[in-house]
Amino acid sequence: MLSAKAKTQFGNFLFVAPYMFVFAWLLVWPLMSGMGLSLFKADLFGGATFVGLENYGRLMSDPVFLQAVGNTFLFVLLCVPPLAIIPLILALLLNRSTRTAAFFRGVFFSSSVLSVTIVTLIWRMVLIPDGGFFANILAVFGLPPIPFFSDPGIVMGSMAIITVWWCLGLPMMLYLSALQQVPQDIYEAAALDNSRWWTTLTRITLPSISRTVVLVVIMQCVLQFQLFGQPQLITQGGPNGASRPIVLFIFEVGFRRWDIGYAAAASQILFAIILLVTLGQYLITRKRTGDA
Amino acid sequence: MSALDIRNVTKAYGPTTVLDDISLTAESNEFIAFLGPSGCGKTTLLRMIAGLETVDSGQIHIGGQRIDELAPGERGVAIVFQHYALYPHMTIRENMAFGLKNIKTSKTEIDARIGEAARILEIEAFLDKKPGQLSGGQKQRVAIGRAIVKKPDIFLFDEPLSNLDAALRMRTRLELAQLRRRLKATMILVTHDQVEAMTLADRIVVIHGRKIQQVGTPMEIYGRPANRFVASFVGSPPMNFLPVTISGAKAVATLSDGTALTTDIANLPESASWELGLRPEHVRVSDTGVSAKVEFVERLGERTLIYARLSDGTAITAEDVGLSRLTMGDEVHLSIDAQAAHLFDADGRGYHAETA
Repeated sequence: MLSAKAKTQFGNFLFVAPYMFVFAWLLVWPLMSGMGLSLFKADLFGGATFVGLENYGRLMSDPVFLQAVGNTFLFVLLCVPPLAIIPLILALLLNRSTRTAAFFRGVFFSSSVLSVTIVTLIWRMVLIPDGGFFANILAVFGLPPIPFFSDPGIVMGSMAIITVWWCLGLPMMLYLSALQQVPQDIYEAAALDNSRWWTTLTRITLPSISRTVVLVVIMQCVLQFQLFGQPQLITQGGPNGASRPIVLFIFEVGFRRWDIGYAAAASQILFAIILLVTLGQYLITRKRTGDA
Repeated sequence: MSALDIRNVTKAYGPTTVLDDISLTAESNEFIAFLGPSGCGKTTLLRMIAGLETVDSGQIHIGGQRIDELAPGERGVAIVFQHYALYPHMTIRENMAFGLKNIKTSKTEIDARIGEAARILEIEAFLDKKPGQLSGGQKQRVAIGRAIVKKPDIFLFDEPLSNLDAALRMRTRLELAQLRRRLKATMILVTHDQVEAMTLADRIVVIHGRKIQQVGTPMEIYGRPANRFVASFVGSPPMNFLPVTISGAKAVATLSDGTALTTDIANLPESASWELGLRPEHVRVSDTGVSAKVEFVERLGERTLIYARLSDGTAITAEDVGLSRLTMGDEVHLSIDAQAAHLFDADGRGYHAETA
């Protein structure tokens, strides 16, 4: 017989059951089945043999995959710091109630609403060496065009520039809303405490929004590890695989070569990387900020 | 030389003038209270002294030096904010040291000043805690401590007690009075609470309708209100106002029911109409006097407030002894102490007995 307490607990569970059902169906189940799939040699059109960890072994010695991992880390390193800092600067400049500020908030956020297709079209026109906007400017000064998409040493930088331009709207909005939460009288107290702008920024503003900085960095890491659309549409991973990130590798293996067991294994590794990086950041920042 | 000298200061927000041609001086070590209803501009005036609001016209001088064009930190003032405005991510010690570090005070001096302030305010035990771990009253002390360590020429308090519960407010009020005696500094307190103003201040500045209504000691404000607004705003329950007609050299005020009251007020000018101002404590329930009907009874323990109506329907508040047996609907007689009455002319200007 159920005790009264157990009965109430079951009743409480009913309230969260609809969410838990959808969560399990659309997130937990695919995650688990993906993990299962990674242990098979499987073809997209049927036929699967259990191979244990063989797919993971193959990945570890696959130069194309290892290059994709390296590319992805390089990309995250190139674009997450600017995506944490530039929106912060914009937010600090635009955190006022003038019409001009409102206009520029709109301008800087507007890029975020564009789809990746449009973003890449725009930036192809800007960066392409053959008569692109940037090349034309360089030509005015008699300089040769920069091969933004065809030099293996530059191409990931180009992807990062495009991504920063595309993604800075949301972090800016997060920073703005965090800045709005800081009580105005703290700034007034700081003004009476002879605090110059740099001191106010580093001792008052940044500590007050530190949680949002952590949130933005973690969120951008999670997002940017999943880079896919920009290189897929502009370079197809070239030149020489220099712009192929992990997700593009997974896409090619799974949907061009139909080797979905292998693709599933690569997905698990990407999942593990994102999980570790995020957890690491969370633990480090939590320790530093203490109980505050 | 006065500690604070406000000269013809005006402030407007767009088309709305909030303070119009305000002039005021405060002496060294004086405790001044700005008293007025919400939205009268008293906090704006305080913030203008602190430099948190600009001055549209006029000047402010502190210790003989013009300061209204200086940055807030350079004016030699410290402000205790209504909501404390402590830096939440810093410890109490860091909160207090922040302003001193910014002006490059030596470490030993900072430690000495914080130690001294913490001892006075009894906050030594939580110097290394953060504001979030303190109660409202403790935060209040820290906010005061942060002002003390700066050794300002003038302390500014912006409704410092309004966030505290009633018991704590009374205790903090006493402590503020003691602190004031100990610090020997010029202090300005903004409040809408007349009890705070009456108990703490040497002089009260009553502000209303963009103007200073009256400046005076608490007893002057209470006993000789300059006009009808001051008379009605200060005192709880508020003063009674009864329409009267005036005659004679020592004015005889005649109520609408014909009762004649001989006041001690002489040399009245001409006025289209007159009102008699009577504090409830000067209208007492007795066996003889003006008859009235009790409408409501408030028993406060040590006294009883009687809200009544005269025969012509004029509302009047009277006092009775604590053990009053009166109830609603009773017919009573009120004896009026006409010697303590005030008179207000058609423009609201107040006239008082010479000796009051």
